[in-house]
Amino acid sequence: MDMHILLQQLVNGLVLGALYGLIAVGYTMVYGVLGMINFAHGEVYMISAYATGIALGVLSFLGVHSVVPLLLLTVVCVVVVTGTYGWVIERVAYRPLRGAPKLSLLISAIGVSLFLQAYVQLSQGPNPQGIQPVLPGAFRLVLGAGEDNFVQVTYAQSLIVVFALVSMAFLSWVIGHTSMGRACRATQQDPRMATLLGINTDRVISTVFVIGAVMASIAGVLVTINYGSFDFSIGFVVGVKAFTAAVLGGIGSLPGALVGGLLLGLLESVFSGYVSSDYKDVFAFTVLIMVLVFRPSGLFGKPAVEKV
Amino acid sequence: MTRTRISTFTVDLAATFALAMVVFGPMTGLQLNGFSFIANWQRPLVLAVVVTLGRLAFKLAWGSEWGQRWMARKQGKALDTPKAIGRRNQLWMVALGFVLTIAPFAFEANSYLTKAVILALIYVLLGLGLNIVVGLAGLLDLGYVAFYAVGAYFLALGYQYWGIGFWTALVLSPILAAALGGLLAFPVLRTHGDYLAIVTLGFGEIIRLILTNWVDFTGGPNGASAPGPTFFGMEFSRIAKYGGTPFHEAIGQPYNPNMKFLFLYVVLLVVVGLMVFVVDRLRKMPMGRAWEALREDEIACRSLGINHIAVKLSAFMMGAMTGGIAGVFFASYQGFVNPTSFTFFESALILAILVLGGLGSITGVIIAAFVLTLVPELLRDFADYRILVFGLLMILMMIWRPRGLISAKRPIIELSGS
Repeated sequence: MDMHILLQQLVNGLVLGALYGLIAVGYTMVYGVLGMINFAHGEVYMISAYATGIALGVLSFLGVHSVVPLLLLTVVCVVVVTGTYGWVIERVAYRPLRGAPKLSLLISAIGVSLFLQAYVQLSQGPNPQGIQPVLPGAFRLVLGAGEDNFVQVTYAQSLIVVFALVSMAFLSWVIGHTSMGRACRATQQDPRMATLLGINTDRVISTVFVIGAVMASIAGVLVTINYGSFDFSIGFVVGVKAFTAAVLGGIGSLPGALVGGLLLGLLESVFSGYVSSDYKDVFAFTVLIMVLVFRPSGLFGKPAVEKV
Repeated sequence: MTRTRISTFTVDLAATFALAMVVFGPMTGLQLNGFSFIANWQRPLVLAVVVTLGRLAFKLAWGSEWGQRWMARKQGKALDTPKAIGRRNQLWMVALGFVLTIAPFAFEANSYLTKAVILALIYVLLGLGLNIVVGLAGLLDLGYVAFYAVGAYFLALGYQYWGIGFWTALVLSPILAAALGGLLAFPVLRTHGDYLAIVTLGFGEIIRLILTNWVDFTGGPNGASAPGPTFFGMEFSRIAKYGGTPFHEAIGQPYNPNMKFLFLYVVLLVVVGLMVFVVDRLRKMPMGRAWEALREDEIACRSLGINHIAVKLSAFMMGAMTGGIAGVFFASYQGFVNPTSFTFFESALILAILVLGGLGSITGVIIAAFVLTLVPELLRDFADYRILVFGLLMILMMIWRPRGLISAKRPIIELSGS
């Protein structure tokens, strides 16, 4: 296989992986503080894609047409709306179940997921929606002679990588160096002890949900700008893949989410380029099952000891 | 009520209204239309007002003396020991079975109703099967639909490639599904809790994706056709495709397309009755008791010498078997199968039936299956809101009645979270 095709697949894989990493943050942080899989997280991402479409529509209706303010305002609007969704979901569907069996939490999360899909389908219609291209154009790196011997990175793709890295770095700083971050880490280690030490764990959990939703919403904006179309069912597969990324990097770990995302993105993109693009979802699910069965603590984590 | 209390109340309600506007405003108020949108301000306003009024009512009811007393009573009730199964319950079952037997004959002309009831019974079967895995053994299986798909595709593809008929498939598909269940169980049972749920979800999706993408063998998204049932080799079609006499000629009646469905209904009813009997008995046998014990506390069971792998495996395979049988009925009923019938949503629907009926309760599962499949059929206007209501019900049930509307009548204590 030619060099430029492999390189192109690697670039696409990195972009995909950065997106998985952003969404995986929501899974990994919620798992850290609540020990539950937030099954509805993929739906939050889907909501943010719709919010992007709506925000772009409203902004261009209001006469904002130059690219930079359009993008920034869209990101702000979408982050606010989706963050609110994250908070409300936790408040309505998970907080009343604090202390309930984990099975109940997961069933409630599946309920939220079904509800949100139906809600968006009913209010926005079942057909796929699209946006006008916001950032057309691409960088081209010519590798040598030949008609198609180049690697192409669209502006939207480079935006994805930049945004993902910046927001992950900012989040790591927040978690590592602010009092809120310290409270998050304390809650993750031992919620009961954190409560005894005067940390409002309910507020920490709410914050974690909002952070997860905000990261997913950034991914939603970027994906929508890059691909241009979305429908009400996109959340499920992306959600499962992002969860795979979170487990791959070791669930509960923030850098693990990004590393796992990048790894899964690269693997998936090489697989779909060289083996079969029809079976790329089968491949991702197989990776998920293999990791959960054989290395449930992730590629880099220590095996968990079952405590009695 | 003091003034400060009233003011915090007002602030709380205003915040609720504002939040509801942020949540509902863009999503329901601005409908995307091409690259533009249609503004519709009534929808979010109405929704936000409803939410705010709901919160007001909630706060008033909970804050009042009456609400406090009700809560206290409810909590006292939850601590009561559930009663053991009585005779009354079994009488109920017999009565229900009798009504179900004569119902479609009373509506013989109404093939629409017969079909709806067949579908409901298929969901009863699926609910009973998943009930063994989730309700009794406590293994949250989100890929249950895979076994349903295996049963359905076994009839369709077996007919296409090896000329297998309805009855052969009905006997062989549970064996095949159980074997597949056993095979999948080995990796699945290495995991616990949420991870187990996600692994089963992964398997379910993989099977669906293979059915969609392996076009040469399965027919891909176009699906494959499945044969109808036969009565001692007599077909229910107008003209017998494979020789012999069609059923309606043998009994000397004019051709009636509804006859196939009536026959299918009778067979299905017998199978469901048998299944109810088997599950009811299994629960009282050592195996069933081991399932429930393992659900409550795995470590205690293992230290008491229960082979947890064998017990979980038996639950998983029993569930898979039932799913396989349901699949054969579904394929024969529809006359056609394709992968869209076996999405994750279907698994979630079966789970919703279980949750509404009460995890572990047979009567509850039967009633919930009928309610959740027949109500959307009978109230067509409601059909669009079906999934919305299912999702909402799953959340509300988990919060208020985690044991379901008709909770299992056995000394069952809530599933314990670790």
